[in-house]
Amino acid sequence: MRISSIGYSLRQGLKNIRRNLLFSLASIGTIVACLFLFGLMYAVIVNFRTAIKNIEGNISISVFFDAGISDDQIDMIREQIRTREEVSTMDFISAEDAWKQFSEANYDDPEAARETFGTDNPLANSASFTITLKDVNYQADFVTFVSQIKGVRKVKSSEYTANNVAAINTFVGYASVFIIAILFLVSIFLISNTITIGITVRKEEIKIMKLIGATNAFVRAPFIVEGVVIGLIGSAIPVVILYYMYGAIIDYVVGRFAVLKSIFEFVPEQELFMVLAPVSLLIGIGIGFIGSWMTTRKHLRV
Amino acid sequence: MIVFPKEWKDTIMITMENVTMKYPTGTLALQDISLHIEKGEFVFIVGSSGSGKTTMLELMLRELVPTKGKIKVAGFDYTKLKRRQIPKVRRKLGFVFQNFRLIKDRTVYENVAFAQRVIETPARYIRRQVPAMLTMVGLADKYKSYPRQLSGGEQQRVALARALVNKPDIILADEPTGNLDSKNTWEVMNLLEDINNKGTTVVVVTHNKEIVNAMKKRVITLKKGVIISDVEKGGYIDED
Repeated sequence: MRISSIGYSLRQGLKNIRRNLLFSLASIGTIVACLFLFGLMYAVIVNFRTAIKNIEGNISISVFFDAGISDDQIDMIREQIRTREEVSTMDFISAEDAWKQFSEANYDDPEAARETFGTDNPLANSASFTITLKDVNYQADFVTFVSQIKGVRKVKSSEYTANNVAAINTFVGYASVFIIAILFLVSIFLISNTITIGITVRKEEIKIMKLIGATNAFVRAPFIVEGVVIGLIGSAIPVVILYYMYGAIIDYVVGRFAVLKSIFEFVPEQELFMVLAPVSLLIGIGIGFIGSWMTTRKHLRV
Repeated sequence: MIVFPKEWKDTIMITMENVTMKYPTGTLALQDISLHIEKGEFVFIVGSSGSGKTTMLELMLRELVPTKGKIKVAGFDYTKLKRRQIPKVRRKLGFVFQNFRLIKDRTVYENVAFAQRVIETPARYIRRQVPAMLTMVGLADKYKSYPRQLSGGEQQRVALARALVNKPDIILADEPTGNLDSKNTWEVMNLLEDINNKGTTVVVVTHNKEIVNAMKKRVITLKKGVIISDVEKGGYIDED
């Protein structure tokens, strides 16, 4: 296509939007609504995932050893566990550390308690590894693996929490994909309707173009421009709205419920919108392009 | 089946061989039509309504595909034509319709320039050729007018300018004077004759007896989808 034809297509595409202003606005409105919901869901999901990650980070597995195990044997167990890719962190808690932690957590005066017992450590044989995993979904497999290692007496894990977190995580993932897919289909359908109206209004003109010898690409280009511009405008608006709304909500929630701040951390705007803004714009352009491409394909067989 | 002498082949613009056109509704519009039109000819296709005149024109424009038979226009064999090649054929054809088919919200200049833009002519050529074409059809001073501000005859002349601006090999006109008074009818027909004298093949579908009888051109008469007469320097045959 020539450069002058590209300019012509751009001008015609913009003219189409003005000519079908009402339907163009309806399409823009729908995409705004869809991408607004998409953005909102994305923000919720990202924050939810971050919270889950924090919880996952706190779900640890304790591995205890057989009585009288030697340091060399402990090192061997350590090496075997290290080979597993799902391991995120692994800390060694010696029997002394365990007793110290226990006494600090359970006695009003831990120093006095430790003096009472003297060198007699009630938690001897309680040295352990505290392990966190990258993903709680791997926990069951991991526990089975570790239990079979020679020298391991007991593996303690919170199966209930891990299973619930994993289930919620999976559910949120599927639900969001499902809702987003529906929103996109609705958007494509509406853009397609707008373009159909544009084509119906200009049927005679298109027919003349085709009879004169216009290629399909030439006839189609203005409609593609129309769809893409509608998609672009429709995606830019919700990104801007969400950006300011998100900031305001964080400020409000953090200001109002100070207690939340200690247990829950919002993903910062910049981090969230670094992904959300380009993805939304691309989706908007994509919806516009696909919608107009499909419609013109159907209607331009003259 | 017509067998064309070899030396004729280059001079033939339109060939139809045993063409039959049956619409999906079952209507048989054309039956076993064979004809050839040579380069530079002026041909009238006449017949009452429903005789298949317009179908014949639509087949030549490749708007329709025949049920049976072969069509060759301006060197393109339609039986072998791929969909993406259709624009190439149409750029060799200019068309004029009874209802002018101008774009209502564009000026006279834009309507003619549109034809060039569609085939991606560089802008500098458009600026040169469109005024020349409007001068030829006598509408140079009305280039800023919109179709609704023009008379029927003027609108048809704009349509002619649009058909001619891409310098087609063939002009196909479907009832070009159907909506015009006698004076405008002759203006348009004289223009078509001028164009023909310059070497363009002209095919006019009409049921205007007066012009057919006066112009003494080749006349092909159709009746119920069959050619009943094909006469050089002929006249209008009244079927009834």
